[in-house]
Amino acid sequence: MSGVEQTAPAGVDRAQYGLAAVLAVIGVWTVVDSAGLGPGFSDQVVQPAAFGYVIGSSLVVLAVLLAVATARGDRAEGEAGEDVDLGQGTDWRTLAGLAGVLVATIALLDWLGWAIVGALLFAGTATVLGNRHWVRNLLIGAVMSVGSWYGFYVGLGIPIPAGVLDGVL
Amino acid sequence: MTDALLTGLSLALTPENLLYAVVGVLLGTAVGVLPGIGPAMTVALLLPVTYNVEPSAALILFAGIYYGGMYGGSTTSILLNTPGESSSVITALEGNKMAKAGRAAQALATAAIGSFVAGTIGTILLVALAPTVAEWVVVLGAPSYFALMVLALVAVTTVLGSSRLRGFIALALGLTIGLVGTATGQARLTFGNPLLADGIDIVVVAVAIFAVGEALWVAAHLRRRPLEIIPVGRPWMDRADWRRSWKPWLRGTAFGFPFGALPAGGAEMPTFLSYVTERRLAGKHRDEFGKGAIEGVAGPEAANNASAAGTLVPLLAIGLPTTATAAVILAAMQGYGLQPGPQLFEAEPELVWTLLASLFVANTLLLVINLPLAPLWARLLRIPRPYLYAGILFFAVLGAYSVNFQWFDVALLALFGALGFAMRRFGLPVLPLIVGVILGPRLEEQLGQALQLSGGDVAALWSEPVAVVVYVVIAALLLGPLVLRLIPGRQGPERLADQVDELEEEVRR
Repeated sequence: MSGVEQTAPAGVDRAQYGLAAVLAVIGVWTVVDSAGLGPGFSDQVVQPAAFGYVIGSSLVVLAVLLAVATARGDRAEGEAGEDVDLGQGTDWRTLAGLAGVLVATIALLDWLGWAIVGALLFAGTATVLGNRHWVRNLLIGAVMSVGSWYGFYVGLGIPIPAGVLDGVL
Repeated sequence: MTDALLTGLSLALTPENLLYAVVGVLLGTAVGVLPGIGPAMTVALLLPVTYNVEPSAALILFAGIYYGGMYGGSTTSILLNTPGESSSVITALEGNKMAKAGRAAQALATAAIGSFVAGTIGTILLVALAPTVAEWVVVLGAPSYFALMVLALVAVTTVLGSSRLRGFIALALGLTIGLVGTATGQARLTFGNPLLADGIDIVVVAVAIFAVGEALWVAAHLRRRPLEIIPVGRPWMDRADWRRSWKPWLRGTAFGFPFGALPAGGAEMPTFLSYVTERRLAGKHRDEFGKGAIEGVAGPEAANNASAAGTLVPLLAIGLPTTATAAVILAAMQGYGLQPGPQLFEAEPELVWTLLASLFVANTLLLVINLPLAPLWARLLRIPRPYLYAGILFFAVLGAYSVNFQWFDVALLALFGALGFAMRRFGLPVLPLIVGVILGPRLEEQLGQALQLSGGDVAALWSEPVAVVVYVVIAALLLGPLVLRLIPGRQGPERLADQVDELEEEVRR
């Protein structure tokens, strides 16, 4: 907590303007979306649009307040944790790798099925996170994904779609 | 009531339910010990079991995880000195000093036994209070419920965390997520996508914010040098330790339970108060504070566990969640179509009493299992981080996928995971968002009901005395700090987080 202030460069936390902009966009979009709704049923006292107007406009107000606070020197305090070292900057390479693995998971999930994609997901993320024994990672991942497939099927009675392995599992 | 509890106990002790309790406390302790995962994330990851397991069994499992997580958190903060859960920050102050001075076994013992004492007393109070509160709440109408929900939202947003502005931003984002869907008969914020018509599943949101967001955040800041873990044997205490511990346990319980039961509950405030009190009352041991005083571990740990029991009062009796874990448990109950509150005690007495009885079982299991297993749990701290976080992501994707077996939910998971990362980067608290997602739709429903009865007359909202009182409390929460700041010579109340920082510096000097 106090260590962050010492290592972080002084000045305006510019990224917070980005957050404020995103909040404003979500707020405006929520208001616009609410304005597009028709009138509610005759027994609906609270119009479907009402909550959208309130929440959307609050978001816009909060975005403005955040932008003002940022300009006045307000800085975000990153969350601490056991494995978190806030002393160093953000490791964008690892993040990009994890994002890539997640996107690949989403793209391949329907086609290859959980048993294969789950194994690739575990092996991929473990490798990106710094464990280079990718053969062992793949083996552990395969045990976990096939195990969880059977766990759902036998334990909970839910068959997870098997994808290309349909009939094999 | 005793009869009901005994019936509940006999049901809780059936082999199947006992098994769920054992699995729950083991899992809870493990995730409490493991860095990066907490009980809220674990319950969120396990929400899929609710699709195919009896409600009572699932709730026993979740309650075991909740209580177990509180136990496990103390092990980490004593042996590692980098507490993960905010509720164990205070424990680390003295606990880690004790461990460094070679008294890790005593620190763990006083934490475990204190947690047992506090958990048992807290659960007795819960059993005594929850049905009474539920009976009292049953006469309340929609206006009072509406007011209570607003109070819960305002309280979790303003009382906890380091910045009110950020609290409200998180709350507004949560309420926005809660808008998505066709609950009002018209499609709101669905972008014309039929997959969003039923709203965004709370499983996906909770798992994304807790698990994916945390994994991404840690991955971006992973500590490269290994943490120093203090080796430990079997926990034990001698007579002097017992003599110094039992009063702090009881005082800690007295702090923890009421704070947990209040809508703004949480464990941060009572652990802080307990620590300060113990330091003041320490007498001849006062000099030991800052160097490893056992009172400074016994009190806050008891407060921590008593508050966990306390949070179950508003959860079960009114349906208001005050901690992240309670919020996820509420989501699980809603998944079963159970509505916590007075109706639950009327309609499902067996379920409620089995759950309450199983809390006693879980608490006892924790003591029996954890005292001898402490060295084993300590070894969990050495798990290779790539495997730990890869495992978290694996189960997060599985949890989101299992909602509908559609890639779309995994895509939502990734999107909200990115939001979870951003929230940690910008210091946005997680709890207001989760509570907002869960309570938002119910808030709208209660408002509709309240105004329907009055034919749209807004005055109906303050037509019940309870509602008026609650609005006064809300106003005090919102305006109190502003008013205090206007009084000359006062800076306004300090944030709890700042006070904890100050305390840390003072103690470590």
